[in-house]
Amino acid sequence: MAVTVSPERGVVATPVQRATREALYAGAIALGLFVLFIGLRTDQNISNELILVQRWGLLAAVVIATMLGRFLYVAYGQPFLANQKIADIATGLLPESVATRFFRLPYFIAAVVVVAVLALLAGSLDGLLGPGLAGYARFARALAIIYALASVLFYFRTFILAHFSALGITALALYPIIVVAVLAGYAGSMAGGFQGSLKWVDNFGIQILIYVMLAWGLNIVVGLAGLLDLGYVAFYAVGAYAYALLGTHFGLSFWILLPAAGAMAAFWGVLLGFPVLRLRGDYLAIVTLAFGEIIRLVLINWREVTNGSAGISGIPKVTFFGLMTFNVSDPNYIAKVLDIATSSAYYKIFLYYLILGLCLLTAFVTIRLRRMPVGRAWEALREDEIACRSLGINTTTTKLTAFATGAMFGGFAGSFFAARQGFVSPESFIFLESAIILAMVVLGGMGSLVGIAVAAMVMIGGTEVLRELDFLKQVFGPDFTPELYRMLLFGMAMVIVMLWKPRGFVGSREPTAFLKKSKAVSGSFTKEGHG
Amino acid sequence: MSDTNPSPMNDAILQVDHLSMKFGGLVAIGDLSFQAKRGEITALIGPNGAGKTTVFNCITGFYKPSEGMLTLNRRDGSSYLLERLPNHEIPARAKVARTFQNIRLFSGMTLLENLLVAQHNKLMKASGYTVLGLFGFSGYRKASAESVELARHWLEKADLVDRADDPAGDLPYGAQRRLEIARAMCTGPELLCLDEPAAGLNPKESMALNALLMDIKDNTGTSILLIEHDMAVVMQISDHVVVLEYGRKISDGSPHSVRTDPRVIAAYLGVEDEEVETVLTEVGDEDVIEQLDTGPDSAHGPGTSSSYLAGPVTDTIGHSEGERVTVSKGASKAGQFDAKSSAAASKAAAQAAAPPAKAEPAAAKPTAKPSTAKAPAKSKVAGVSNRLTAPRGGEADNLTRIKGIGTVNEKKLNQHGIFHFDQIAAWKKADVAAVEAYLAFDGRIAREDWVGQAKLLAAGKETEFSRRVDAGKVETSHASGKTAKTVAGKTAAAPAGKRGGRK
Amino acid sequence: MQYFVQQLINGLTLGSIYGLIAIGYTMVYGIIGMINFAHGDIFMVGAFTALIVFLILGALFYSLPVVIALLIMMIVAMLLTSLYNWTIEKVAYRPLRGSFRLAPLITAIGMSIALSNFVQVTQGPRNKPIPPMVSTVYNIEGISVSLKQIIIVIVTALLLALFWYLVNKTSLGRAQRACEQDRKMAALLGIDVDRTISITFVMGAALAAVAGTLFLMYYGVIAFSDGFTPGVKAFTAAVLGGIGSLPGAVLGGLMIGFIESMWSAYFSIDYKDVAAFSILAIVLIFLPSGILGRPEVEKV
Ligand SMILES: Nc1ncnc2c1ncn2[C@@H]1O[C@H](COP(=O)(O)OP(=O)(O)O)[C@@H](O)[C@H]1O
Ligand SMILES: [Mg+2]
Repeated sequence: MAVTVSPERGVVATPVQRATREALYAGAIALGLFVLFIGLRTDQNISNELILVQRWGLLAAVVIATMLGRFLYVAYGQPFLANQKIADIATGLLPESVATRFFRLPYFIAAVVVVAVLALLAGSLDGLLGPGLAGYARFARALAIIYALASVLFYFRTFILAHFSALGITALALYPIIVVAVLAGYAGSMAGGFQGSLKWVDNFGIQILIYVMLAWGLNIVVGLAGLLDLGYVAFYAVGAYAYALLGTHFGLSFWILLPAAGAMAAFWGVLLGFPVLRLRGDYLAIVTLAFGEIIRLVLINWREVTNGSAGISGIPKVTFFGLMTFNVSDPNYIAKVLDIATSSAYYKIFLYYLILGLCLLTAFVTIRLRRMPVGRAWEALREDEIACRSLGINTTTTKLTAFATGAMFGGFAGSFFAARQGFVSPESFIFLESAIILAMVVLGGMGSLVGIAVAAMVMIGGTEVLRELDFLKQVFGPDFTPELYRMLLFGMAMVIVMLWKPRGFVGSREPTAFLKKSKAVSGSFTKEGHG
Repeated sequence: MSDTNPSPMNDAILQVDHLSMKFGGLVAIGDLSFQAKRGEITALIGPNGAGKTTVFNCITGFYKPSEGMLTLNRRDGSSYLLERLPNHEIPARAKVARTFQNIRLFSGMTLLENLLVAQHNKLMKASGYTVLGLFGFSGYRKASAESVELARHWLEKADLVDRADDPAGDLPYGAQRRLEIARAMCTGPELLCLDEPAAGLNPKESMALNALLMDIKDNTGTSILLIEHDMAVVMQISDHVVVLEYGRKISDGSPHSVRTDPRVIAAYLGVEDEEVETVLTEVGDEDVIEQLDTGPDSAHGPGTSSSYLAGPVTDTIGHSEGERVTVSKGASKAGQFDAKSSAAASKAAAQAAAPPAKAEPAAAKPTAKPSTAKAPAKSKVAGVSNRLTAPRGGEADNLTRIKGIGTVNEKKLNQHGIFHFDQIAAWKKADVAAVEAYLAFDGRIAREDWVGQAKLLAAGKETEFSRRVDAGKVETSHASGKTAKTVAGKTAAAPAGKRGGRK
Repeated sequence: MQYFVQQLINGLTLGSIYGLIAIGYTMVYGIIGMINFAHGDIFMVGAFTALIVFLILGALFYSLPVVIALLIMMIVAMLLTSLYNWTIEKVAYRPLRGSFRLAPLITAIGMSIALSNFVQVTQGPRNKPIPPMVSTVYNIEGISVSLKQIIIVIVTALLLALFWYLVNKTSLGRAQRACEQDRKMAALLGIDVDRTISITFVMGAALAAVAGTLFLMYYGVIAFSDGFTPGVKAFTAAVLGGIGSLPGAVLGGLMIGFIESMWSAYFSIDYKDVAAFSILAIVLIFLPSGILGRPEVEKV
């Protein structure tokens, strides 16, 4: 593997020679691709005319970086990977041999020490090292924490894999408590803890869980029934607007509107599904995409009702089951009732548990349905529609139930989203959202709840983390805005992960019934549906 | 949808009346009528492309027939017009289940799941259309347990219970076939339609399959409609056989009567020969090909098939000895038989005038439709310029002394008025083309220089090949003086042996 | 009547551009059965390349005949855009060929996100307006036809003719059709399948680049996010015409163009896209394989 025969000259080429050639080749292509886009930049001058700014240095840097990357990959990366024999196909994790070399006790201890020292010095870091170095120190601390956590996970990996769902749910249930506790310890006061937890609970927690729920909902349509739906976000929009409109106009409570929004979305699912579900494959995909766009365009243009692009604001908050509210002005405001300090964090934490509950409901229903005739019929439909019909299964109604069930969860998520934001606008329901949700389902592994949840966490969490990489300003200068690169990296990561694991994180399928012993079905047998 | 006029004494579970199915211009089934009796195994046989699968697709609602009526009489006296029921209601209400020629399992689901999906409708009802089941009602739990028991029952019958928790896609081929049957049985059918269940099975698996089918027939009372190529299976287990060719029924009756029906034999022979020829062409054994070649037959039909005449049918070839006839291209095999028998009366005239099928409208009638594509070829034969009505002096030359002409072709040439070397020697380009078209030889006459050989032989000289023939060293030829007939018998036996061996 | 003809001309212009993009979708779909979601962004890259070339030309030459400038813009855009699509196919789609059907769809979506954000990062998020290149307008009996529109229609017609020739009369086209029918068999017969697929992507991108250049010339403005809407419309056009069918793509493009301009003229400009998408859905309900698509036979 280390030595290959070069086809052109028939001479034996070492990896380095081959890598050199490949690097030149890659460099040439990169030059072609980037010469206009990186070498030049269109900018407006004072009189608002377009002018070109030349950036040849940057172009050279990018091309050289490409060449270098390609060279290193071909010369060292490929032989290394070839020698490692990527053994762990099931998990797709690092091969055992590499992992054990990477996670060692001394390293772990060192990491813990680094974390401890830097945490102790946290307050005085800026003073000690100056703002520049302190940034790096915080980054190093973050890396050390990640390493330490990864080591722990690696050490207990068999246990974790065996009890993944239970551990996951426990961790999710404790997450706000841990966040508040840690931050309270950090800030020295309970109020500080709540205040600091906002970002963690809202951006990371709620945001990710909404996507988990959406992806689980879409999973019923795409992952189980094998119907390619590119307009799922339409049902999310229906749910959100149903809550927004009914909540603001009629003042109905969330607890009434949640099921109503779900029912409404399901109704739309049936309405759309009825004529189009006999379409196959990519025709269904484009019609659902078109439907998603139609809903968005109607939301934008039907200004009398939806207030157009400006959206609807002032959407009522969720109440604590009618007992307490989260509005400071209300007499039964939670802080007044419980006699604690006022904080907006209570609402977020409540919302966190609410969406967690909704997610668990989705998971529960999905798991339950999979073991029922209708769920099995969905999967059978994905495997072979003709065989289904030969067994007397009404494929149209089966598809419709899948579509409607998926839509219903989209509607639930939508009304939750409206309640959480207090504001909805068509902006939030663009095609990109559908695409991202679909990507979660596929990246996670069609049909696998755990895989999809992990994919959602990685994708949304990852982009959120990119927002936090302020220290990069230290590296690339103060003009550098890491946020700009967020979606670029996101797109590229999608491609890379898909290339790495075309069947998603969890490629296998859990059977829904067994006689003697339940054995996971390898992904190579499952089909992906035609619809 | 269903007229429930009770007719308890009706012992036909399925009544097919004047069924036609057209795909554009192609008539896949033309005016087919037959009955399948309750509790029996009815076999539907016929060459590839005969329209058997299409019949199944009409019965199970995948195709809407162009014309005709399909009546299914259920045990409880209700009857259904299948062509009016939607696809999925046929298994659900009329209780017809089927398997597919190219197996259609839910390959990513386990065996058990496959069988549970088959019980969908029953379980849907039990689960209160999901609603009650979602909340774990006991009625559903009981039904669910029962369905697993039923699945286990059929897994045991199909000898697959050890693999119940494996994905269906992981099974070997034969097991997949059995699983498909088990799955169909889990729908609780009254009529089970099996599309080539034994195709691709080894003898052992084939035996197991037979046992399973007999078991189903005897113990469940399910009637079976069976498409099968393997004659061994058909003869062994079926009670009634319907033979299709080009979408038309050519025979219908007990296995024995069908087996000896000359039209069926004719229908099967051609395909067989073509088959053997293709194989031999690949091997490059031209002499043998020549010997087997029945000319027009190689123009036959859309598909090639494998196991047509395995086993029992070998001896039918014995019967057919000397009856091998050739008619114009494009006529069906059964038609060829008709042609032959009717042509026999006016043999000389027919031979002189034109190919029999053409001369005899009666014979042509049942075969008029199919594959008209090759029709023009026959007019060309008439174009061979120097034909004779009978050999000069009552004795033909031994044409097999020409390299490339074997007994079969000799006979064909004789039938078309070519008896002497000098006739062949005098062939012009157009004649060669005409004969080639007739014998379905592409360029072979020129390649082997029949004309040149014939010139030498006509002049009384010898070729190297003719010397070998005269010395009796060439199996495909007969020494001068021997009758063609005996050799024809021998040649017919040879491919039969091959057939047996190939299976 | 005049008004109607006017709208017809507008629709024809718009439809030409959609048709050019739609061909890229339909060809890729025909040959590897995948929806190339990045194609709309390829179109946008084409338009941006033309924009930058336009600015370079402006900086280099004091004055240049419009036809030559357009030609240079088009050619450079075709070359560079083809290189983009070629690279994308090689990196993101080829490794997944023959794998899970949805995998390349997801990488295509990823590529679409990456491409538009790449342009945003490198060229900035704002709209990029250029001064009008061609401003002649002819007035024939109350119908105004701009030179821009004439150029668009003529260029499209020429390209389609060339393209038709390539696909139907050359060995390359034959190889493409062979791969469409049966890729394995084509490979066995000695057709270089990888190369044929690459060329298909290159051809699709070249047409999209021309569409991008024409779009830039027509509207005089482009932004990084402008790939999506024309992309979706063109995809709609391809499906409407019957995906996999080249004449269908052009026909679908024209139909979408006409629907849009007519709807904007006679009903409401706000709902023109809604009209286009609704008509797609309605057509598909009655003609499940599009207008010129081969009906899918359900072989049992
Ligand atoms: N959906 C279809 N469209 C067009 N022709 C078909 C279709 N289904 C079957 N046929 C044609 O009908 C004829 C009979 O086919 P089939 O029933 O499969 O034959 P068999 O099962 O006897 O081998 C064949 O010529 C086949 O090509
Ligand atoms: Mg068949």
